[in-house]
Amino acid sequence: MNIYISSLFEGFWLNIRLFILTLAMAIPLGLVITFGSMSRFKPLKWLVRTFVWIIRGTPLMLQLFVVLYSPGLLFGTPMKSRMTAAIVAFVVNYAAYFSEIYRGGIESIPKGQYEAGAVLGMTKPQVFFKVILLQVIKRIVPPMSNEIITLTKDTALARVIGIAEIIMCAERFTKQGLIWPLFSTGLFFLVFNGVLTIVLGRLERRLDYFKV
Amino acid sequence: MPILEVRNLSKRFDDTEVIKDISFSLEKGETLSVIGSSGSGKTTLLRCLNFLETPDTGTITVNGEVIFDAADPASRSEKGIREKRLHFGLVFQSFNLFPQYTALQNVTLAGLLLAKERPDYKTRKNEIREEIINNAKAILDSVGLSSKLDFYPHQLSGGQQQRVAIARALALNPDILCFDEPTSALDPELTGEVLRVIRELAERKTTMIIVTHEMSFARQVSDNVMFMDDGVIVEYGPPEQVIGNPREERTKRFLERYFENGNT
Ligand SMILES: Nc1ncnc2c1ncn2[C@@H]1O[C@H](COP(=O)(O)OP(=O)(O)O)[C@@H](O)[C@H]1O
Ligand SMILES: [Mg+2]
Repeated sequence: MNIYISSLFEGFWLNIRLFILTLAMAIPLGLVITFGSMSRFKPLKWLVRTFVWIIRGTPLMLQLFVVLYSPGLLFGTPMKSRMTAAIVAFVVNYAAYFSEIYRGGIESIPKGQYEAGAVLGMTKPQVFFKVILLQVIKRIVPPMSNEIITLTKDTALARVIGIAEIIMCAERFTKQGLIWPLFSTGLFFLVFNGVLTIVLGRLERRLDYFKV
Repeated sequence: MPILEVRNLSKRFDDTEVIKDISFSLEKGETLSVIGSSGSGKTTLLRCLNFLETPDTGTITVNGEVIFDAADPASRSEKGIREKRLHFGLVFQSFNLFPQYTALQNVTLAGLLLAKERPDYKTRKNEIREEIINNAKAILDSVGLSSKLDFYPHQLSGGQQQRVAIARALALNPDILCFDEPTSALDPELTGEVLRVIRELAERKTTMIIVTHEMSFARQVSDNVMFMDDGVIVEYGPPEQVIGNPREERTKRFLERYFENGNT
């Protein structure tokens, strides 16, 4: 019994690592993509929007394969580690989704907020950081929470490129005729997402003191 | 010398000329009301004065200093504009308060940021901040909101929000305070409290340009009234003339329509 459980924990640790690394990198990268997709320089804007469209319009599972194999096929330099490939695919995929959420949030702030700041002599960075940003954060916390919960479950996809995350670990036992480890992986996700839901809900409530 | 002199100002959006070669001037302490039907260019005029739109032609002179000259590309630079627009304050129709700040913070925010650029800020930081906060409290008191300092905008009525917005503009001590239909977004029972504040400002000789549809109010508080139609100034003069006894056919028609619609 113990070897099963410790194997599941080991697998889930990979899911968590993938989750944390993806968030840590996709959250800032998403902002960079947002600035690109909102650029006044048209070619950049359309290039970035096309890229986002492709990433959002194709399966993450396929993107995992593409990231794993294409460096070797195109440049003769195969991916050194499968984990690196998974992180790259996840970060790019989630950054694309986040960037659209950020863009929606920024575009939803009324023009009057920028203008009110401007006529009070505030610089553009002051207007963005002192007036706009917190309103954007308040608006994007709920959709970001949804994406973040989805990410925890998506980490299980990494097994298609041979990463021994929790479901892959559990499947090994299924092949030996033991089904309960596979079913119990659901508990890991449930508990993790439960904690996450509480944390994100707190963040949302901390911004309840004002209305946008 | 007039405090504000506008010469040959025009502004077009794509193919439509919205402001057509407008010239007028304003004396210190004067209250000017701007009336006219919707679409006549009143908002655009105020936005040009506040550098929210860049005029295509013309000059804007404040206290003898040319702060905008359409012929001079330098007067469009971002840095220059920031200082120059502080000659003007603008109160929006829709208040545009910052929702995440309290009434007091809305009034102090810009002042505290500007103070950081003062050479003596480092040495006198606390003193300067206290000055700004006390000044903001006094202004909020003067618009009747001393009991609402720590309220967030969504906790205030429309009339109270607009009074905070007026206080916010006053806090930077502009030479000319502009209002764009300050009561149009308010329920009728809330317009009185805002008009009272503006009336007090007029009595204290604050230089103001007020775009408004409140004719009787304009008549009472203004030193001069400007009637705009289709981007030009049709009639300009004291309220007894422009509202009481207009000379121009277009002004007469506008006022007739206005009073026919049951307004007073
Ligand atoms: N940003 C803009 N782009 C294009 N047209 C505009 C813009 N702003 C105003 N206009 C047009 O300019 C005219 C004058 O508008 P405005 O100054 O708002 O008039 P008023 O405040 O007197 O109602 C209107 O016909 C309006 O549609
Ligand atoms: Mg208007």
